[in-house]
Amino acid sequence: MKVLVPVKRVVDYNVKVRVKSDGSGVDTANVKMSMNPFDEIAIEEAVRLKEKGVVTEVIAVSCGVTQCQETLRTAMAIGADRAILVETDAELQPLAVAKILKALVDKEQPQLVILGKQAIDDDCNQTGQMLAALTGLPQGTFASKVEVADGAVSVTREVDGGLETVKLSLPAVITTDLRLNEPRYVTLPNIMKAKKKQLDTVKPADLGVDVSPRIKTLKVEEPPKRSAGIKVADVAALVDKLKNEAKVIG
Amino acid sequence: MTALVIAEHDNASIKGATLNTVTAAAAVGGDVHVLVAGFNAGAAAAAAAQIAGVSKVLHADSAALENGLAENLAAQVLAIAGGYSHILFPATASGKNVAPRVAALLDVAQLSDVTKVISADTFERPIYAGNAIATVQSSDATKVLTVRTTGFDAAAAQGGSAAVDTVAAAADSGKSSFAGREVTKSDRPELTAAKIIVSGGRALGSNDKFMEVLTPLADKLGAALGASRAAVDAGYAPNDWQVGQTGKIVAPQLYIACGISGAIQHLAGMKDSKVIVAINKDAEAPIFSVADYGLEADLFTAVPELVGSL
Repeated sequence: MKVLVPVKRVVDYNVKVRVKSDGSGVDTANVKMSMNPFDEIAIEEAVRLKEKGVVTEVIAVSCGVTQCQETLRTAMAIGADRAILVETDAELQPLAVAKILKALVDKEQPQLVILGKQAIDDDCNQTGQMLAALTGLPQGTFASKVEVADGAVSVTREVDGGLETVKLSLPAVITTDLRLNEPRYVTLPNIMKAKKKQLDTVKPADLGVDVSPRIKTLKVEEPPKRSAGIKVADVAALVDKLKNEAKVIG
Repeated sequence: MTALVIAEHDNASIKGATLNTVTAAAAVGGDVHVLVAGFNAGAAAAAAAQIAGVSKVLHADSAALENGLAENLAAQVLAIAGGYSHILFPATASGKNVAPRVAALLDVAQLSDVTKVISADTFERPIYAGNAIATVQSSDATKVLTVRTTGFDAAAAQGGSAAVDTVAAAADSGKSSFAGREVTKSDRPELTAAKIIVSGGRALGSNDKFMEVLTPLADKLGAALGASRAAVDAGYAPNDWQVGQTGKIVAPQLYIACGISGAIQHLAGMKDSKVIVAINKDAEAPIFSVADYGLEADLFTAVPELVGSL
């Protein structure tokens, strides 16, 4: 069976982002960009399913600017077989991405779509669920374990208070949580091989999708700063501060 | 203008996060209705009717709704969505699972983790792991949002007297089924609702040490236990104790970080705490830049000493 894995190019998770002084957004010029960490886990899971013989083809997809090609090459270096770039300079929100992905699901007919649970830039946690809704497929979100057997997939999900397992008929949409797997490092030979793999480019209009944003960002600000704290000399001083200054313990 | 809050419940009682969501719904202006969709959930519906500020409770009861499967719950919400200007979910694992599905079926965008209601169509929400706050305006007819519970006070669980209306239950999608649940047992306060949290990081070294060193402190303070991702990944603490961008977002009165360096992703989960205490032997640890009180010491001696002096 075929698996579709959407990946997003985001500001690297180690970068401390800066808010632009005009309040229009976050400064992303000359900042290191990488694949969204949850998406790496999604690709890794798809590749592991392929290595187990459950899956025959892994297709990576990314939506956005031309540079998303680099993210797709990384996905192919991890083990994706081919890639599709849906190229646009427009600001893409989760609903628009979900509609693009629906068009691709209709075309490619994958049995599984594996996405990250959220992107670390907009922190939305929506696209997988929206895709499942638009395609009418069942969803297994925040997956920490995935098992495919007999035309169905069992997904163990990380929920508040513990774990929960759901069984979904195929085709299905899954979103990954951090503990699903440990993504492998890409090796130099695989990076070279990835350069030769097929990467197709389409436009949202080719897929008949209107990507205009529904949500307008009015401004972006720095969060309120915490006032500078103090260092205390010892435990006795700490207890004294907590009791008499902060008054948070009795 | 009427807002619909999707209650989170266990079929017997209403979960705390629902109360914060009711407050957010009231801030939008207009009436607040609550949907209790479950199985044999009459008690939960009756409890929802007691919440101050709720004018009507809609109760849908069916075996298909027992475990809150996204496919069935979204269909249920959709069946009654007409007439509501706002549909609000708590930003919990359950709310995050269902809200985007409802939004997409209504062909509207969804707003995640709203921390402040500015007006009926304008909201604040954190982005980039809480390192920036965006003010966003929705142009959609129906606003579907998830509410960050630490951003809103809890509505009073008593004092309301809403009518409970029974609504027809949506049919089972037949595409998903519930197979089981593994609940982490805990006698402590719930992490997201606790007034005091004692949290541990990689420096604890093992699960045994984690429990041995931090449990007495948490017991003494009546606190919940939390952990950094490093501690969870290393197996020192269960997954659902994780505080951070990808774990739980907490804002207690007092947060005590023991042996936690303070990575961006961890700070995203706790920096709205009223008072932060850091105990770390690394003077350069980033956690000290957000801590109100920092103690530069070995936690294995400092924490027991702290327990002794409380």
